[in-house]
Amino acid sequence: MSDRRDFFGKVLGAYAGLGALGALYAAKRTWDPLPSVKAAGFTTIDLSQAQENVLYTEMWRGKPIFVLKVPKQDKKAYEDKRLITVGGDKFFIAIGLCTHLGCIPAYYPDQHKFICACHGGQFDAAGEVLKAPPPSPLVIPPFTVKGKKVVLGEAGPEYKKLKEAGLVA
Amino acid sequence: MKELKVLAVVVFFTLVTYWGVEPYAHSVMHKHVEFKNFKYEDLKPIAAKGDAAKGQALAAACAGCHSIKAAKMPAPMDPVTASATYGVNPPDLSLAGALLDEKYLAHFLKDPTHTAMVAHKFKNKPYPMPPMATDDQSAADLVAYFKSIAPKEVTAKEAYEFACGRCHEMRYAKWTQIGEEPKTKPNIQTKMDEEKLKFQEKLAQYKDHLVKYLGKLPPDLSIIVRARSEDFLKTFVEDPQAQLPGTAMPRVGVNKEGYEKVFQYLEEVGDPSKPKREAVGPWVIGYFILFTFLAYLWYKSQWKGLK
Amino acid sequence: MAHFDPNARPFSHQWLNDRLAVDTLKRVLSTEYWIPKNINFLWAMGMVLAATFGVLLISGIFLLMYYIPDTKQAFDSVNYTIMSEVGYGWLWRHMHGVAASVVFLIIYIHMFTGIYYGSYKRGRELIWLSGMLLFVSFSAEAFSGYMLPWGQMSYWAGMVITNLFSLGSLDFQGLVEWIRGDYVPGQAFLGRFFMLHVLLMPLIIMALIVLHFGTLRLPHVNNKDGEEIDFEAEAEKWKAGKRKEAKVIPFNPVFLSKDTFVLGVYFIFYFYLVFYHFEFAMDPVNFDPADPLKTPPHIYPEWYFLWSYEILRPFPKDPGLIAFGFAQVIFFLLPFLDRSPNVAPANRRGIFKFWFWILLVDMIVLTVMGKVPPIGIYTTIGTVAAWVFIILWVLLPFITKAEKPVRGHK
Repeated sequence: MSDRRDFFGKVLGAYAGLGALGALYAAKRTWDPLPSVKAAGFTTIDLSQAQENVLYTEMWRGKPIFVLKVPKQDKKAYEDKRLITVGGDKFFIAIGLCTHLGCIPAYYPDQHKFICACHGGQFDAAGEVLKAPPPSPLVIPPFTVKGKKVVLGEAGPEYKKLKEAGLVA
Repeated sequence: MKELKVLAVVVFFTLVTYWGVEPYAHSVMHKHVEFKNFKYEDLKPIAAKGDAAKGQALAAACAGCHSIKAAKMPAPMDPVTASATYGVNPPDLSLAGALLDEKYLAHFLKDPTHTAMVAHKFKNKPYPMPPMATDDQSAADLVAYFKSIAPKEVTAKEAYEFACGRCHEMRYAKWTQIGEEPKTKPNIQTKMDEEKLKFQEKLAQYKDHLVKYLGKLPPDLSIIVRARSEDFLKTFVEDPQAQLPGTAMPRVGVNKEGYEKVFQYLEEVGDPSKPKREAVGPWVIGYFILFTFLAYLWYKSQWKGLK
Repeated sequence: MAHFDPNARPFSHQWLNDRLAVDTLKRVLSTEYWIPKNINFLWAMGMVLAATFGVLLISGIFLLMYYIPDTKQAFDSVNYTIMSEVGYGWLWRHMHGVAASVVFLIIYIHMFTGIYYGSYKRGRELIWLSGMLLFVSFSAEAFSGYMLPWGQMSYWAGMVITNLFSLGSLDFQGLVEWIRGDYVPGQAFLGRFFMLHVLLMPLIIMALIVLHFGTLRLPHVNNKDGEEIDFEAEAEKWKAGKRKEAKVIPFNPVFLSKDTFVLGVYFIFYFYLVFYHFEFAMDPVNFDPADPLKTPPHIYPEWYFLWSYEILRPFPKDPGLIAFGFAQVIFFLLPFLDRSPNVAPANRRGIFKFWFWILLVDMIVLTVMGKVPPIGIYTTIGTVAAWVFIILWVLLPFITKAEKPVRGHK
């Protein structure tokens, strides 16, 4: 008798739990980034005016983006496979946050080097690590080349090729 | 059963209170204006049969102020300059034949101020649009022409832009009186967005002209569907003076389909959750019906043999 | 010093019992919290209110994540961001708005149940008083929440209600400006009412809910006949397995099972309103942004404030304020104005029966008259209803003093 009384209580409890899961799903959707945030996740950079060995900083998804027309005389960096060819020129484009703990490294044009003031990490003009602590090269964001312009946030064929070769991060 | 009687008493008083503060109070508060189904019965029917070819010749005169994109005629001025001259940017006429009532359009061409019910605003100054048709025949010819060039399908958004969009902003749809806000980007060094500022300057000029022309800035229509009842909106559009005597809002003269298109757009922007409500509602209510049924079984099993 | 069993596994039943007395808690709060058997569904309204408060709290949390308490952005953060951008934002908003309105319907049902069955007397005075404090706190919570979308109704309700604090001819303009933090409702006003709505008032309400439950503990819940029950003796009968003879049932699971059933019915009604009939709780006027240069043609409070607003309206400024003040405090005094020792349903209490039903109908009349424009016949009806309300309360001590004792039960 008492078992039977408890039985319906347990069924109801389980069913209420199901409802709570539904409510949790709605709550999860409420925490998602807004559509307007996602729609703003694309940045177009015009590279036609870029000068050699001058670092340009852009913004994409709230993060600084380094754009550097790599100087030909820096042979090692110039031949790096991570560079992006746009209109016959080779560019280094990456998220400007040190892969160690997220500070912004500064560019030293005379040395063709990025040096991070926080913990002393160093990268060359193609973003490869020269000196620890950073564990990996500066990260290349998804991009696609459109003429003289580069759109960040969209993975084009060049990006996919780099990714397959394991060179983006 | 005693408990159901108690429930009936509670429900009765609840419903009386609801009826009193909602339907009844609102019926007392709001003016009743009869809806006439966009028939424009105050305007006499036009007997003359229109000839589109003759109308086309007459329409050349329209192009002095209006663009007719459907006939590849560009606007003679940009919106801001046009508003400086006329008070408001004259509409592109491509959709006139599709969205406006035929009879209204014919009468409007003959006598714009009376047909648009704005004569009270133009006692001492000329209405920017002069009468374009001297008789019923030429009016009918023009109407026939506009009907011939009108596209078969008009989107809800196009209907809004044509009928409302040159006076009313809709910021939730990024629509301004001079078109959609362009997507611009600030200079990363100066943080200034020059293009945007230039657009805003133009918009400010346009709005100034509009206020001079109408007396006040027409309201943003982003959520007008929540701020006014459906009944108010259709009777107001049909006959603005009946709802708000003295208003600067002209009778736009949309036909029934034209109004439905405009309303559809107002609803898409102002009440975007409607389709979601309709999709989720039955599930939630179904969930609680089953919940109540299970709770009833529990209740009955717990209360068995208590009395 | 309690004894701790050193061999108890962490988080085992014994271990928890030693540290948290879980068995005692369960017994005291649920399985041996005794409720009279002689009740109807109106006794579930407390649970319905608690659940609705829970709904308000949860939906409010999600709204709080995107709401911006800034006079320039508040309106669009509610009407654009929450309504069209945030996933299920529209659902939280409609749930919040509808629950805010429906919670007052249930509060009024709960209050009138208490008045009808005399549940404010003979040891239950504090239940009534703490309940009235909850009513006032909910009113403040509702009003401060109504300011937040910063529409026309928010602004003008803020203007009118804060002006009441000038206290008529006393003309306390300084007090009004102090409350607003400005000459008119502005950024300072919105900021402080936002704080009241999301922090201070909810804290007070939660504390009062605990107090309200606490006041129930010793006098116990009333029953349909106002019968004085020996809860200890009846509980012994129940524990001895005499389910039929005992006049009491345990809160959990027996009373709870019925509460849950009533809750289910209530939620069907509530979600029907949320999905298909939410407009009644979201006034169209508040979908026009606040404009300090234009008063809307009709302004009126939400329906649950209308009766007290109408008591203010028919009189000149000062007497109106006094009448309004009277309406605000008079319900607090009910346990002391009712001089009869009878704890029984109103329909067995002679003239009090008429007093009860006239009060109920009069308050509904005041509510409706508070919404229609104050013109012609409505002014007359409103004035009469306001006087009836005042006279009813003045008569209450005399009516109840003369009341004959009700003997026996049934």
